[in-house]
Amino acid sequence: MPKPFTKLSAIAAPIMRSNVDTDVVIRIERLVGTSVRGTLGKWAFGSLRYLPDGSENPEFILNREPYRQAEILITGPNFGCGSSREGAVWSLQELGIRAIIGSGFGDIFFANCFQNGILPIVVDKVIVDGLAAEVESTQGAGRVSVDLEEQTITSPSGQRHSFEIDPRRRAGLLKGLDEVALTLQRDAEIRAFQAADRIERPWIHFAGKSA
Amino acid sequence: MEKRGRTLLAKIWDQHVIAHVSDDTDLLHVDRHLLHDLGGSRGLLDLKSRNLPVHDPELTFATPDHAISSARGRAGTSKTGQELLEGLRVETSASGIAMFDIDEPGQGIVHVIGPELGLSLPGCLIVCGDSHTCTHGGLGALAFGIGSSELTHVLATQSLIQRRPKTMRVKFEGRLSSGVTAKDLILALIGHVGAAGGTGYAVEYAGSAIRDMPIEGRLTICNLSIELGAKMGMIAPDEKTYEYIRGRRYAPQGEMWQRAVEAWRQLPSDPDAVFDREVVIDVETIIPQVTWGISPEHVVGVDGYVPDPAEIADPARRAAIETAIDYMGLKPGAPIIGTPVDWVFIGSCTNSRLSDLRAAAEIARGRKVAPGVRAWVVPGSETIKREAAAEGLDKLFTDAGFEWREPGCSMCLAANGEIVAPGQRSVSTSNRNFIGRQGPRARTHLASPATAAASAISGAIADVRTMER
Repeated sequence: MPKPFTKLSAIAAPIMRSNVDTDVVIRIERLVGTSVRGTLGKWAFGSLRYLPDGSENPEFILNREPYRQAEILITGPNFGCGSSREGAVWSLQELGIRAIIGSGFGDIFFANCFQNGILPIVVDKVIVDGLAAEVESTQGAGRVSVDLEEQTITSPSGQRHSFEIDPRRRAGLLKGLDEVALTLQRDAEIRAFQAADRIERPWIHFAGKSA
Repeated sequence: MEKRGRTLLAKIWDQHVIAHVSDDTDLLHVDRHLLHDLGGSRGLLDLKSRNLPVHDPELTFATPDHAISSARGRAGTSKTGQELLEGLRVETSASGIAMFDIDEPGQGIVHVIGPELGLSLPGCLIVCGDSHTCTHGGLGALAFGIGSSELTHVLATQSLIQRRPKTMRVKFEGRLSSGVTAKDLILALIGHVGAAGGTGYAVEYAGSAIRDMPIEGRLTICNLSIELGAKMGMIAPDEKTYEYIRGRRYAPQGEMWQRAVEAWRQLPSDPDAVFDREVVIDVETIIPQVTWGISPEHVVGVDGYVPDPAEIADPARRAAIETAIDYMGLKPGAPIIGTPVDWVFIGSCTNSRLSDLRAAAEIARGRKVAPGVRAWVVPGSETIKREAAAEGLDKLFTDAGFEWREPGCSMCLAANGEIVAPGQRSVSTSNRNFIGRQGPRARTHLASPATAAASAISGAIADVRTMER
């Protein structure tokens, strides 16, 4: 069950390159295992964060202060594209990330964020670029605030921007709702649909087949 | 009320609505849920820990593909890979879910076996914890990848809450030139609209080139939808679709078949249906494609050049191209053809079907893989492996110096220890050229099976049109 998200004021790290895919967020071999959760934070952005000899890449933003403390990512276009691996979100969560602000996200990654109590915010690229520039001009010290109830982002200098969010997802994050439990409350509707569908599309339900 | 034509997406979507959740969000019924070794047992264990049963085990099917080795006897499957396989066996069996195990017909890459077994049908809503689930859209299904949490939701409820996507229609018009395949068309489209061009959309592929295209090509087209950002890609079913499905193991039969086909004939988008975005591609201008960079949108015709950052004014774009060229170890402005390769990988849910293997074999026949190149052929399923062998393709490939492997995802995502070594360069028929996708610091060029085979023979990225017979 996801942790509720209401508001946050935190260090924000800009990662502005385009098309940062979920393979780059977390390599697949870190996800091969029966219980990988809790082991992933160390490996988030591994291919950018570490040099071939395993040492930290001092150039990478999350290896620098104060960005090591970042709880917000400011991201370039199409962040989280590619693979559906939810491990990408888990690894960011374990790294301490709670919100991501970008001009667009991979659709599956975007959905996975909400499932884990991480707030992905889509705003115009001009706003994203402006936030990144402001944060960089303070060497990362300037905090970015996110208020989900009011649907606003506040930049380090106090500029406020509002953002849109699906009301259902907003409510889910604010309360930390368990979607499985909620849907199971509608099980009678699901079973009624299936009963009608067995008549309408019997082949979907393998009617008359012993398979 | 204005009566407007409906799209293929709208028809399938509406059929699956259990309940409206909000204006644009619905609780949808899932007709087919496919599980694989990487996330399948984890989802089932998650359910168990919540004391919940699988809602509809008879609509759920499993096979190992991601973490198993493609070596003979599956030697080389890691200890954790073996544990995941064992977990899938135990948990599917405990829940009454059919599993197609290694060495059995039915096993294979999950997006290859769904169509092959007749599980994936027109009008069907199919999900799987894998982003290339869009592949099944090639049969006129609404199919998309989901994450682990959604996977658990589907196991527990046989349903999913989804926001209705926008619609995009891509028309591929004209006849394919020599040496050009479905893979080249879809790579060219990604180059045209970009890796985020389809984000938020369900894409319907149409036009004369799609109508003329065999089903396996349509599956390849839909497979790469996610690489243009669209989690759903689909093609209206037609006579070719029905012919492909008829008689398959799980396909409806007899009177049920007639009823199903009758229903499927109603699915294609109405002539007056309106799409949120339309793109038209003249396929006659497309030549064999190959990627040069670290996103599928970094693609050129095989006669093209690596871009020169010095010629790009926009600083963000210039920096992105510099990063890609640096990672790929290429020279700005150099021709892509003739770039020496170390590896060739023919396989994956994109291009491992029988017609893909035949196209590669046609180029490989009577020739030899260049010295210093390792070339693998990994059939998409146990059935394809057997069918190919019955045609003698296994021997043809091994005679030419290719390695003939056991079915699975293998080197496409390198979750099974099968990797391209750091700094080495591969021409791959798979779907992603991301940083480290085929192994840490591996360099991947995406191309069609014919181009991959031609490159294996040449020892460098090659123009298949000069090697056709």
